[in-house]
Formats: sequence, structure tokens, C-alpha cells
Amino acid sequence: MLCVLTGRGFAGYSENRMATMEITDAVFDEKVLKSTIPVLVDFWAPWCGPCRMAGPVLDELAEEYEGKIQIVKLNIDENQKSAADYDVMSIPTTVLIKDGNEIGRQIGFAGKKVFEDLIKKGI
Amino acid sequence: MDEKQKIEFAQKPKNFTEPWDVAVIGSGPASLTAAIYTTRGAASTLILGGEKWGGQLMLTTEVDNYPGFHEGIEGPDLMQKMRKQSERFGAEFIEKNVEAVDFSKEYFELTVGETKYLAKSVIIATGAETKWLGVPGEDRLRGRGVSSCAPCDAPFFKDKDTAVIGGGDSAMEEALVLTKYSNSITIVHRREEFRASAAMQKKVKDNKKIKVIWDTQVKEFVGEQKLEKILLENTKTGEKSELVVDGVFVAVGHTPSTAIFKGKVELDEKGYIVVNDHTKTSTDGVFVAGDVHDYHYRQAITAAGFGCMAGMEALKYLDEKQGNKKQETTLDK
Repeated sequence: MLCVLTGRGFAGYSENRMATMEITDAVFDEKVLKSTIPVLVDFWAPWCGPCRMAGPVLDELAEEYEGKIQIVKLNIDENQKSAADYDVMSIPTTVLIKDGNEIGRQIGFAGKKVFEDLIKKGI
Repeated sequence: MDEKQKIEFAQKPKNFTEPWDVAVIGSGPASLTAAIYTTRGAASTLILGGEKWGGQLMLTTEVDNYPGFHEGIEGPDLMQKMRKQSERFGAEFIEKNVEAVDFSKEYFELTVGETKYLAKSVIIATGAETKWLGVPGEDRLRGRGVSSCAPCDAPFFKDKDTAVIGGGDSAMEEALVLTKYSNSITIVHRREEFRASAAMQKKVKDNKKIKVIWDTQVKEFVGEQKLEKILLENTKTGEKSELVVDGVFVAVGHTPSTAIFKGKVELDEKGYIVVNDHTKTSTDGVFVAGDVHDYHYRQAITAAGFGCMAGMEALKYLDEKQGNKKQETTLDK
């Protein structure tokens, strides 16, 4: 499992071992669309408060559902193409993708259970 | 990063049958300031901060009116610092929502999922949340062009046309944030003047990208997949018009977050908690601080001030209760 520190703003979270993966536009096709398991893409940015609330929750879920679902984070400041491809107009937006197709979406952070319900649509 | 050493003054409950000295509900400036004071006053303190923690400042960018940060500070950074400060003195922070409260028992009961937390005193600091317009299309197009958080969503409207609904400080801030990205910003306000502070109004008036439509309210948000336009009506003449925009930011005020307190403490007709003697609710031992009772000032710094007051009163209440208990024990003998 590839573990990448996301470096998301706050000290205290970054030392955690994370099952989430930071990706870019360049690898979107390979890591998301061609993934053998469903992928939850978190479109986020460091200056967005609700994204900062959602980040650690997604890290937790990534560990809990490791192997069943891959959670990836895409910084929309640096990766505008994917955000535009998916018509993201608000962050955080999380999109669930299975076999290359979008099967669910959550706009905004509404707590862990809402993410969990979204994940369950894919597994 | 260098972390200041943790200093804890109070023993926390060992299990769920033991009460916390203080339970604070909420996690904005009022809540976290209260917890800084109660922990430093040697009261074990539980913060039930909610899943969406940090309060309204989590939805802002730069805060320039919080003393001590002379160059401004990002709202989410300020909240993270306050949280760390409360945790440094031993506050236990739980990122979960309180679903129900029972203030009728000796130890107040706070229900979080399957768990019931007990507390000798409670500070309600649940704040307020964004008010929506409640007109057709608004809910369906949220996140598809309708937003209440310009700092979050403004970059998606680069070189596009946007509108802001409202006339207070938060509407001005939304408009100013948008000027960094949008082509044009139209503020739609239902009255003929803003209630925003003079400083904010000046910033808005000085900005050439912003124009204002007065005396006008939104009747409908229109769009299939994305917002395409809004339908407007003049509040004086009834004249109808439409405005073609890619994004609309709603900033028409806030409603207090008091749903779980209905019938538990006295609320006013708008749902705010009725406050007596600065910090007290209608229930002895239950205190209140911040935007959940204060509809007048509604600032980060005043919320923090109210939090401090509630924290100090909760400590005094615990002391007095402790005193009475000792007296009772002596009398029993």
C-alpha cells in the first residue's frame, strides 16, 4: 500500500499513517479510472475549512475500508483539469468512481456517516 | 513543530458512570474559550464539538479583527489554535454531534449515538448556522452554482459572473473574496441600504467589480445541471427581472442551532436561548455563550468573551455546589 503524507496544513494529523493517497491530474486515469477497486476522490484545497474537517475523517475511513475501497485526494489548486472534468463547483466534493464511472457524489462535509453511506454504494 | 507541554489540572472521569465537571456543546470561539477557562480552573472538561467542528470561522478566509494577530489569520487556523489551546490544558475534544439532552437529572445527560455522557454542568455554545433563502431551486443547485462559502468555492468562478445575496458583513466578505476570481459580482439586497459595518461597505463600494441591486429579492434559482440564472423581484414595485450568473453566494444571516434544546431551556421566538444574568439559561447549572444567544454582536471576539464568562460562572457554580454538599454531609452527621 502506498502511503503518502498529504501535508494538509495542521500539525498533529500529518504524522498518522495514512491509507489515503495524494494524486494528480497526470495519474488520474491510472489511479482512478483503471483501478480494480472503487475509488473515492476527495477534491480539496488547503485553504478550505470544511476540507480540513473532512480530511482526517477520510483518512480514518481509508484505514477502515482498506482493500475494499481506495480513497484519493486531489488538490484542486494544482489539478484543475480533473476538477473541471467532474464539474466540481464546491469543495469538498467527493466522487465515488467504480470501473471508470461515477456512481455517487457528496458535496460538502456532512460527517462520517454520510461518507460511509457513499462508500457502501461502491462495495 | 515545537509543542508546549500539556498541563492537566483535573482528573477526568474513569468511565461513563462518572460525570464530567463541565460539558461544553459546540466548538467555535465561545466553546473553546470556555473550555480553556474551565480546564485551567481544574474542572474536568468535555467538549462535544460536533462532526463539523470549529464553527463559522471554518468558512472564512482572513480574519483581521481578532486581537493579537496583527497581520490577520485564516479562520480555520485560528480555530485550530484555539482547539489546541483547550486540549493543552486537558479538555477532551470529541468530534461528534449531541443528539439529545436531559437536564432534569442531577447529572445532566448528553446523548451521542449509543453513548450517554454525564456532566455536573453544561455550557451551550452551539452557535448559529447559515440561513438559506428557501426558494425553489436553491437546495437542488447547492454545490452546482449555489453556495454559502465564497472562501471555499470562489476559485471555481474564475472569470465568471457571480452574485451575492445579503447586506451584512458576511455578504460584503463573500463579495470581496469573489473579486479575486470573478469577472463581475452583483450584490442583491432586499433593502435600500446595507447593515454591514462602514469599513466593509467602503471596501465594497471602492471595488469596481462589484455592483449592487437594491430593494430586490430572489424568487427562484434556475438551471438544469448547473445554475444558469436567478429570478428576481423588486420588493417595492413588484417588478420582475432575471440575472444570468454562474454562481450565487447566499449570505442572508444565521439561525441559532438550538433544535436539541427545545423544551429543555427557554428559547425566544426566533429560537435563540434566553440568557439571564449574562450567562445563565432557565436551568440551574446550564450556561450559554456565543451566537446561540447573542444576535447583537456576533463576532469571534465577543463569542470568546461570552465563553470566558460562561466558563467562570460554571466554575463558580461547581464550587458552590461542592460547598453545599460538604455542608449537607456535616449536617447529616
